[in-house]
Amino acid sequence: MPKVLIAAGCDLLGGGLEWRPGKSRYFKYVSSQALVELRDVNFAYDSRPVLKGINMTFPKGRLIAIMGLSGCGKTTILRHISGVLKPTRGQVKIDGQIIHELDREGLYAMRRKMGMLFQFGALFTDMTVYDNVAFQMREHTDLPENIIHDLVMMKLHAVGLFGTQDLMPTELSGGMARRVALARTIALDPMLILYDEPFAGLDPISLTVVGQLIRRLNNALGATSIIVTHDVQESLKIVDYVYFVSDGAIIAEGTAEDIKASGEAFVRQFVHGEMDGPIPFHYPDGDYRQDLNVRV
Amino acid sequence: MPVLKNIKAIGHRSVDAVWRLGYATRFFLMTLVYSGASFRRFSLTVREMFFTGVMSLIIILVAGTFVGMVLGLQGYETLKRYGSESALGSLVALSLVRELGPVLAALLFASRAGSAMTAEIGLMKATEQIDAMEIMAVNPIARVVAPRFWAGVISMPLLAALFSALGVFGGYVVGVVLIGVDEGSFWSQMQAAVDFQHDIMNGVLKSVVFGVAVTAISLFEGYDAPPTAEGVSGATTRTVVESSLAILILDFILTAFMFRGS
Repeated sequence: MPKVLIAAGCDLLGGGLEWRPGKSRYFKYVSSQALVELRDVNFAYDSRPVLKGINMTFPKGRLIAIMGLSGCGKTTILRHISGVLKPTRGQVKIDGQIIHELDREGLYAMRRKMGMLFQFGALFTDMTVYDNVAFQMREHTDLPENIIHDLVMMKLHAVGLFGTQDLMPTELSGGMARRVALARTIALDPMLILYDEPFAGLDPISLTVVGQLIRRLNNALGATSIIVTHDVQESLKIVDYVYFVSDGAIIAEGTAEDIKASGEAFVRQFVHGEMDGPIPFHYPDGDYRQDLNVRV
Repeated sequence: MPVLKNIKAIGHRSVDAVWRLGYATRFFLMTLVYSGASFRRFSLTVREMFFTGVMSLIIILVAGTFVGMVLGLQGYETLKRYGSESALGSLVALSLVRELGPVLAALLFASRAGSAMTAEIGLMKATEQIDAMEIMAVNPIARVVAPRFWAGVISMPLLAALFSALGVFGGYVVGVVLIGVDEGSFWSQMQAAVDFQHDIMNGVLKSVVFGVAVTAISLFEGYDAPPTAEGVSGATTRTVVESSLAILILDFILTAFMFRGS
């Protein structure tokens, strides 16, 4: 297919996609339409490197996943995007602003346009479901209580939990708590939504419900969503693009179809959950036989 | 070299202790700086006063009554030797408003409300509620810490006053009702001996200082607790130990300044 046509088609989708001749099956998002950009991001805890030259682009209106093994640096990337961590080298840009160069006021102004769903919801346990969802509205707006009431009910209805407003978080199941947290996350219609392991610990039905909600809300709000997850099957059903991270670096990227068809050994092992592959089962520490004094 | 290792360990601990002290001071100053919302939205502070103050009432009132009763009993036995039983009222009242009221109420407050504050904030941190607030552009120091701090500072003198009042009542019950000390002497001696400015206001000042110390320690320990079960339990223990020591040391310093030579 001619390059021009593909680029035009991609522009129509609003993502500003660009044909990458070097990677025949992959599309690469260009930065002109990007809401979030990471350029050569490096980060280390003391002398231990966690992120090594990460380059990522998250275009407006898209749902993008960052996948990888536990401890590979996924959540660290999310913490850089939310401004909790500062890179030791490189740049994290959101809506044209370098987030780690903002002062506290600037950072808070930026965070008002963001929402984040935490791994286990992080609902305020001393508040009812209603007060949790109304929290940001009360903190950041001067809306009268009757308008807040209507908005809270709309958000709860959107996640299918209208009627639970008087319950306490301890009275909710894991899936329900995650959905209430989702309602709280979208309370102020953020332009950027971050999801930290949204599928962790959910039963199969809740998992599908939460996955579909994430997709539908992203479309309805026109927001940009970034999901950090290692749940391959569920996330590949809903995302537009995937970045695979291993040992602090991007090792593969592409659409869900690209990832499923990838010949990369790491990706194949991860996606299909295979025992054999480049990801070792054992922690790399010496010889077990030597420790038991076994002579071979 | 074990000696070198020990010296290194001592050095590390000293540096850590200084670093933590600096962090605690910064935390305390930040709490004061971000206290505006605690007064602008006073309902937040009132809510916390319910949990720290009102919920501590039972232990304070019961303890105050029994401490006063013991004072009445012991005081009577001692004063009887000198034929000064009529001074029982002044002994009970002065002991309570100057020392026992503020100190014991603060110790009980640290055990009951201080440890609860530490555990609550530690668990909020462990369950990412504090992080969630930060990401929602809501300053957790202003929204969570400062209202609790002012609630503790306001509640503490009120609890100490109630402790002393119930203590005087306990002393009255034992001294006048049970033992038979003259009621008129009991109250008139008390009225003559207790000076509002010198005794009561100094006692109130002590309880305010204890309130600041206990609440600041409790909140800092909770905020600084490692986000694990062991971390939160360790922080709760440290709150009670550090608060108790701080109360006793501060009591000595304040007493030396307030009542020296009186």
